[in-house]
Amino acid sequence: MSAELAVRDVDDAATRAALEVTWAPPRGVLGLLGTVNHKVVAIRYIVSAFVFFALAGVLALVMRAQLAYPEARLVGPDLYNQIFTVHGSTMMFLFAVPVMEAMGLYLVPLMVGTRNVAFPRLNAFGFWIYLIGGALLWAAFLLNVGPDAGWFAYVPLAGPDQAPGKRIDVWAQMITFTELAALVGAVELVVTTLKLRAPGMSLNRVPLFVWAMLVTAFMVIFAMPAIMVASTMLAMDRLVDTHFFNVAEGGDALLWQHLFWFFGHPEVYIIFIPATGFVSTIVQTFARRPIVGYPAMVLSLIATGFLGFGLWVHHMFATGLPSLGESFFTAASMLIAIPTGVQIFCWLATLRSGRVLVRAPLLYVLAFVATFVLGGLSGVMVASAPLDLQLHDTFFVVAHLHYVLIGGSVFPLLGALHYWLPKMSGRMPSEGLGRLTVAILFVGFQLTFFPMHQLGLAGMPRRVYTYLPETGWGPLNALSSVGAALLGVAVLLFVANVAWTLRRGARAEDDPWGADTLEWSTTSPPPAYNFVHIPVVESRHPLWTHPSPRVVTGLRIDVREVLVTDAIDAVPDHRHMLDGPTLYPFLTAMAAGIGIITAIFTPWGITVGVVLTLPPLIGWFWPAGEAIAGTTREKA
Amino acid sequence: MRRPVLDVSALPPIAYGSRTTIWWGVLGLIAIEGAALALTAVAALYLRQNFMTWPPYGTPPPGLAAATANVVLLALSVWPMYVADRAAQRERRLPVIIALGIACVFNVATLALRGFEFAALNCWWDDHAYGSAVWLLLGMHAAHLVASAIENVLLLALVVKGPLERKHFVDVHVNALYWYFIVAVWVPVYVLVFLAPRWS
Repeated sequence: MSAELAVRDVDDAATRAALEVTWAPPRGVLGLLGTVNHKVVAIRYIVSAFVFFALAGVLALVMRAQLAYPEARLVGPDLYNQIFTVHGSTMMFLFAVPVMEAMGLYLVPLMVGTRNVAFPRLNAFGFWIYLIGGALLWAAFLLNVGPDAGWFAYVPLAGPDQAPGKRIDVWAQMITFTELAALVGAVELVVTTLKLRAPGMSLNRVPLFVWAMLVTAFMVIFAMPAIMVASTMLAMDRLVDTHFFNVAEGGDALLWQHLFWFFGHPEVYIIFIPATGFVSTIVQTFARRPIVGYPAMVLSLIATGFLGFGLWVHHMFATGLPSLGESFFTAASMLIAIPTGVQIFCWLATLRSGRVLVRAPLLYVLAFVATFVLGGLSGVMVASAPLDLQLHDTFFVVAHLHYVLIGGSVFPLLGALHYWLPKMSGRMPSEGLGRLTVAILFVGFQLTFFPMHQLGLAGMPRRVYTYLPETGWGPLNALSSVGAALLGVAVLLFVANVAWTLRRGARAEDDPWGADTLEWSTTSPPPAYNFVHIPVVESRHPLWTHPSPRVVTGLRIDVREVLVTDAIDAVPDHRHMLDGPTLYPFLTAMAAGIGIITAIFTPWGITVGVVLTLPPLIGWFWPAGEAIAGTTREKA
Repeated sequence: MRRPVLDVSALPPIAYGSRTTIWWGVLGLIAIEGAALALTAVAALYLRQNFMTWPPYGTPPPGLAAATANVVLLALSVWPMYVADRAAQRERRLPVIIALGIACVFNVATLALRGFEFAALNCWWDDHAYGSAVWLLLGMHAAHLVASAIENVLLLALVVKGPLERKHFVDVHVNALYWYFIVAVWVPVYVLVFLAPRWS
């Protein structure tokens, strides 16, 4: 049995009508809590992540207000510790990683030409567990139980002796929630990419954004277990008196740093690689030509994915490790600049040789290139162990990490949202407002963070709640705080643009930017089933090269059936039925949430969690016993 | 409208092995849990550097009887699971029930042995970092055994009672894949927790 090429009468209207019924969004409570549509789940993810981004941004503004002049009294040292910890933890765990995965969960099924992610119910579960984790951290912070040992929670500062109370336990369990969600998202992205691609989309035709998400997902799968192990050990040291990090009983404080950064450094690339996917997509569309060096781009992504695991010790140069070991990590840290450099040159070559159309998303990308190159250069500086010893724990590092994370990821992300907003909402964002946002964002960013390089060189340590006037750090800090206010304005403008788009924006066509990837071949916004017909792909740029493509017929349309293809060449293999909406993933997440939060207070929380999650899990997997004999197929 | 099509109606509605999405999903799970276990093992070896002797003075090395018996038992359990796996791929219900039933018995027996293994560690997790490390390693593997026991029993109940669909044979098939993983990782955990302390 195999797929057959033919020329047939295809009744689009009848197929569409049947798909509308089969994939109809659930209503009421089921619609609210039980949906498994990857687009709805992903948009909820993105909106939640942006709420956390805004909250953590407010904390940043409070910190900048406190540091604007010497000996300010806006917040005290204890609250300041909580603020910078919750700011960092929120930005890394509740915003950056989830929002990147969410963009993938929205776009990857559309870009590879299928109807949903590989495991729709698991996907919904991942979102709910993430939301509970975020709510936990912020509820604790509002109750003055916010973690206060920095986003990397170094022991012994975060250990049971130095940090009594529950603040660090909240942090450790927030990690449990977000790492679960991240791992779920990663498995979804890997399997959807490898097995649900439209026929003909062999690996050498996969869009670069999908490649980026695939590499990211693999990195999540191998990096997140490290923080899982580390945070479990920390929670156990604090709750049941194990001695993993207790030096007096043979434990080791550096073990924490090794485990944390074995996750923490790949984490940076987990946030950055999706951004390169955005950039490649936007550059290609607005240069109106295929990206220069597609194979080099893909190999660079993969190389970055591997090298990202060989750098973690460069966060630990100040811990007195053997110099020979340090020099290896210095070399690796400099090496990783090569694949990133290859990508930047490919983007520049594409722009140089293309017929460039300057639109707001491209301006975000240009802001990214300039900012990220600066951040990369300061990265090469701190990769050198002797210089790092001088700059460690100063504002120079704060400047560097914000250059690579905001410049490297948030700029492309905002550009990407502007770019895909027409697809997601069906309306066009304001170009003028977009351009204004980029300008203010760029100026505000440089004003905020460039002075921090100098502050760090002048010796200002990070994570201090104030400083003395005699240090002379006042003027540059004041400048930085003015910049932060501008950054706040830029974010407000961005939100205003989204709000304006949703209410007033002009209706978007299917492919308003003239792009080449499959998500632009369906309506804006896409229907619940994404495509009336699964497309057949014959080139790397399907919308540019064949205007009247062959389509797939013969899938069942009375159930949620998708086409599974082979992992390398996307040859059609078999048909597969996906699960529909249900409340069980939500209930399972709630039950697990109760267990994990109980585990902050007693180890019996694990038992509670297992017992509570069992009934909804059984409900989740037990078949409903629906008749499966029906075989309504699209007429072909 | 007449147009060129790719008609997939003749393709099968079910498949096994790496052709399916769920096989890749389980492989992802195995990669995640394997990575977690490997990192825990590395952490144990890292902590070992802080000790003159491993186990530390005053703690006898762990007893081998229960753990070694479990090596044998887990190795033997591969056979009924493999039979269930093969029968599932031929979509034959009764052989699946019998073989999976036997595999469940093995699973419960390994859990009972695990209780004796904890006792044979000869220390508590809060004695010293050695105790913490061996309890965590053994506990992680035990958590896999518990999860698998729940999964095996539920799957058996489904095959016996439930409204059985063809896709559930695929579930039995990938469940076996997960079991092979649990059996395979027991070997390094056994070596690290029970044998290595006797070598120093």
